[in-house]
Amino acid sequence: MRPEPAFEAPWHAQLFALTVHLNEAGHFAWPDWADRFGATLKRHGVDRSLNGGDDYFLAWLETLETLLTETGAAEAQALQDMRAAWEAAYLRTPHGAPVTLD
Amino acid sequence: MGGIYARMRAGASGPLGDWTIVRHAAHDPAMPHDHHDHPHSLLPSDPALRVKALETILTQKGLVDPAALDEIIDTYENRIGPKNGAHVVARAWSDAAFRAALLADADPVLAEMGYYGRQGEHMVVVENTGDVHNMVVCTLCSCYPWPLLGIPPGWYKSDAYRARAVREPRKVLSEFGVTLPQDTSVRVWDSTAEVRYLVLPQRPAGTDGMDEAALMDLVTRDSMIGCGLAVAP
Repeated sequence: MRPEPAFEAPWHAQLFALTVHLNEAGHFAWPDWADRFGATLKRHGVDRSLNGGDDYFLAWLETLETLLTETGAAEAQALQDMRAAWEAAYLRTPHGAPVTLD
Repeated sequence: MGGIYARMRAGASGPLGDWTIVRHAAHDPAMPHDHHDHPHSLLPSDPALRVKALETILTQKGLVDPAALDEIIDTYENRIGPKNGAHVVARAWSDAAFRAALLADADPVLAEMGYYGRQGEHMVVVENTGDVHNMVVCTLCSCYPWPLLGIPPGWYKSDAYRARAVREPRKVLSEFGVTLPQDTSVRVWDSTAEVRYLVLPQRPAGTDGMDEAALMDLVTRDSMIGCGLAVAP
């Protein structure tokens, strides 16, 4: 039997790693993270039942964005701008070529 | 989740490396870029772009080392998983002194086996017997013993499991195909960021004389969460 993949999508893995790395670098304590994440899950789960896949990591992402904005590690506007820059990069890069920001 | 994800890494693509999502979903009507050929690269989903944005900004600020991220992903995708937990269980089945030490104070025992670190700092091992069946949940989020079991499966993180494991554990167990004798009581352990649990499943009958390696194959991930039983040989 093939083992299930640890992560369903690459961005789940990337987000997970980013969070673990920041925790280990001392940017926040894990119990604090778990409290915040638990609160986001609870909020997201009010209207519908979360399936533990994409919606779980969406709640994770929102928690990390908010946390880093609060600590000043990343500004909300800068995040939006960078997201837009990556989107533009994907849209202008021919299929199959590496996507870069420049 | 429809579709299969594959990760592609391109070598020379700037300091971050590059990854993009390939989603083979020819029959998925929700796929926004479901054309036969793509004039541009597949646009990652909104959250994927947001994660990239976070990573880029934190890397530019020197707060994140992309190589360290790759290392963490590789660890959990390829090196750490339920085999570690199965090793512990198989040894506990084979060695009474080890089992006693593990149940009394798991941390030093696990540390000696090399199964410690991230999210396994304080472990408690709970033993299933004919009288008691143990089951683990995290009602807050998804606390889980990473060094022993790797990354939790989707269902462990779902609202349904997190809520129902506590409310109606026997029903949940039956959905996993586990039916316990009526006089076996069910004990549900709620993990926290500080304490993680591993269930020591009952050793199946007919396994006398099997060595540790053979026993390991009988120990499933679910049996160590308490949502399954060890497999009979």
